[in-house]
This record gives sequence, structure tokens and C-alpha cells, in this order.
Amino acid sequence: MAKVKHESDWYPLESGESVLDALLRQGVSIPNACRAGACQSCLMRAVAGTVPEAAQVGLKDTLRAQGYFLACACRPPEGTQLEVTGAEALRIPARIQALSSLSTSVLRVRLVTDSPLAYHAGQYISLVREDGLARSYSLASLPHEDALELHVRLQPGGAMSGWLAQDARPGDRLQVQGPAGSCFYVPGRPEQPLLLAGTGTGLAPLYGIVRDALAAGHSGPIWLFHGARTPEGLYLTSELRALAEQHPQFRYRPGVLEGGSRDVAEGALDVLIRAECPKPLGWRAWLCGDGPLVLSLRKKLFLAGLSLKDLHTDAFLPSVPTGQRSSDAGAR
Amino acid sequence: MSVMAEKSVYEQLGGEPAMAAAVEVFYRKVLADEHISHFFEDVDMERQAAKQKAFLTMVTGGPVHYSGKDMRAGHAPLVKRGLNDSHFDAVAGHLKATLEELGVAAPLVAKVMTIAESARADVLGR
Repeated sequence: MAKVKHESDWYPLESGESVLDALLRQGVSIPNACRAGACQSCLMRAVAGTVPEAAQVGLKDTLRAQGYFLACACRPPEGTQLEVTGAEALRIPARIQALSSLSTSVLRVRLVTDSPLAYHAGQYISLVREDGLARSYSLASLPHEDALELHVRLQPGGAMSGWLAQDARPGDRLQVQGPAGSCFYVPGRPEQPLLLAGTGTGLAPLYGIVRDALAAGHSGPIWLFHGARTPEGLYLTSELRALAEQHPQFRYRPGVLEGGSRDVAEGALDVLIRAECPKPLGWRAWLCGDGPLVLSLRKKLFLAGLSLKDLHTDAFLPSVPTGQRSSDAGAR
Repeated sequence: MSVMAEKSVYEQLGGEPAMAAAVEVFYRKVLADEHISHFFEDVDMERQAAKQKAFLTMVTGGPVHYSGKDMRAGHAPLVKRGLNDSHFDAVAGHLKATLEELGVAAPLVAKVMTIAESARADVLGR
């Protein structure tokens, strides 16, 4: 049996159990959301013992060197012991600057951190409420802007989104942890065509990435496809149309599965992309939003000739409900 | 006894950079082939590509050494899912087509195909 020490108490692990599951099962509250090693909400630090390699996959070298690991992916071998502590030291206090509606189902949350957060547009952070509730959201803002901008999808019964929509007020305090993720623009090859595609609040990172690329002077064509089930699921449409008018190399293409119009194409996202960008050979692409859709688009674009090194994806994962908490499925 | 070792196909093709280019061509072929694509579907496409690059490096005589036991263990779950000679033949066909597409000379292609063929029994768990 393996065991883990947290705040002076030892907790036994069942065979093959993760540190996160073991601590939650025994009543210890640990921030967490996706439980799939992606969102990094459950980041912890080992103060003694050996962390399995798999628990540090995707972490920055500087975090690994300090013993940070993902509790959901940490399964210590039988007979080993691990002493752990939370990642509070990495969290930056922040306050809500503004809350506004982008559509009937998407809330724009602007946050100001007490100290600057270094990030790339398109990365994501974990938002941690005072009671430890954590959810991961993509950054739609640019680093030089004075506030962090998140697009929060309102989930039926969602713990974080419900609180943000109904109870939270400007001035309320939270903590921010991160950033994480490799879905961002890297300057270089300014003439290379760029393809950005996403569904729902997958627009958040793309909105950051496209403005980042334009600010960096990207001169090649930049296509942004935003898909939703119905026109009500689209948002920031007038801002994006205005951006396209200012920058002739930027083309904004909203699409819906039903209820298309003169300005909004109707059809599946991959079909709309293929119709306008039939030969994306040598392009760079970013795909964000609904998990299965992102994975299927990536495969189609790879088969169409995009190189894997030019394909950046952020497949949103639902947060996993715990016993005492209702689901925030499909957060971000 | 000391014999000047003949250059491997891997070296003749250009080593690691050549494998990096070949793996995308090869991966596209197996993913586009519905008879075998389900064995290659992976949420993590980079990990899958890395495995295939290791495979290409091995069959061209490069610095990757799998034992017969590794090949058996690695493919055992796929054998349980029905991996058989027809799938092996399809993958071998895509390997050959990839090398030909990249302009590899026929005698070298034949050499690679011989190494690939020698893995058949271990891959299929016989």
C-alpha cells in the first residue's frame, strides 16, 4: 500500500488510486476540475518522496524542478510514501473588475491580478474561489491589456459559472493559477496562412490569438471560423467584423448547424473550412473548443496536409463532478 | 574479426531528419486507410507519431532496438482486438509506398521490407 502525507496526516491509497482521488475520498478538499491531467487545477508540490514521471507530463521545467505534480495523474507505486502540499504559493490573488453578458449563454469575466501574470494570449488559467472551487478557463485578453478576460459558458447547475452569473460582483476576490497550455501564436513566418477554428467558448483563446498575431504584424491570410449550433451561440460578431474591416488579411467566418443567414454560413464546421480553405498545405492552425470536434478537425487537417508541428489544439474537457458538487461539465 | 560495417538504410536516407519527414507521410497513409486506421487512432497524435517514427527508425536499421519480446508485448492488446495478417500486409504496403514516394531506391526499399517482414510473427503474437 502507498500512502500520502498532507498537512501532518497520513492517508492510505488504494491500489492504483491517484493522490487526488485518495485525498478527496478521505475528505481532504483539493482544487480540481478535469481530472485528466490537462487543466492543472489539481497542481500540488511534493516535499518528500518520489513523484512518478507521468504526474509531471506537460508541466514547465521550472515547476518540475520544484517538485510540482498533477495530483490526478499521480499514482505512487505500492509501498511508497509521498509528502505533499498545495500549490498556494503559485496562486496570484485577483479581483473581479467587470462582469457582462456576451450572449445569453456566455459571460465575460474581467479580472485584475494583484501582481502581473506573464502569459501568452490563448493559454489558460485555473480560477480558484475562496472555498477552493476551481475551474479552468482560456484567456481571451492580450498580456499588455490591463485585465484578464475569460469567456465563461453558463452551465445548467454549474458551480463556478452559476456563482459568477448570479452571486459574484465586481470587487470580489479570487485566485488565479497558471498559465498553462501551448495553444498560442509564436512570431515568425509572417506570410504563413493561419487557420483558427473553434466552437462555443473555444472562441476565447482564438480571440486572443488572432489579435496577438495581428499585433505582431502577421501579414499572411488569417482565417477565423467560429461554429455554434444556432446563431444564438455566436458572440463577439460585431467586434470580429470590425476587426476584419481594419485588417484586410483577416477573414471572419461564423457558421451554424441550423438557422444560417446571409451573414452566417450554415453547415458543419469542417465542411465550411474545406469549402474556403481546400488546400491548407503548409498552414499553421489552432483548434479550440468541444473535445471530440477539435480532435476530429485535427485529424482531417493533418490528412489534408498540415504538419503536426503546425497544429495546435486545446480540446476543452468537462469538469468531473464530485459527490458533493454539481457538474460544471464543458466548462471554459 | 573486424569488418567495415555497411551503412544502414537509415544512414543512407539521412538519419533522424529523414525519419521526421517520412513519419508524417506514413501516418497520413495509415490514418486514411479504413481497414487499419482504428489501430492508429490516438487522442495524442504526437505520441502516436513518435511511436511510428520509432518503428520507421527500426525497420531502416537506425538506432532503435526492439526485442521480439517488446514487439509481442506492445502489440498484444491489438492482437486481442483482431490484428491479423491482412492488417500487417496493409501497414507493410503503406511503408513501401512511403519509401517509394520519398524516392528511396528499390534495393533499399527491399532491404527495409525484409526487416519489416521479419517482425511479422512477433507483431501478430505467433
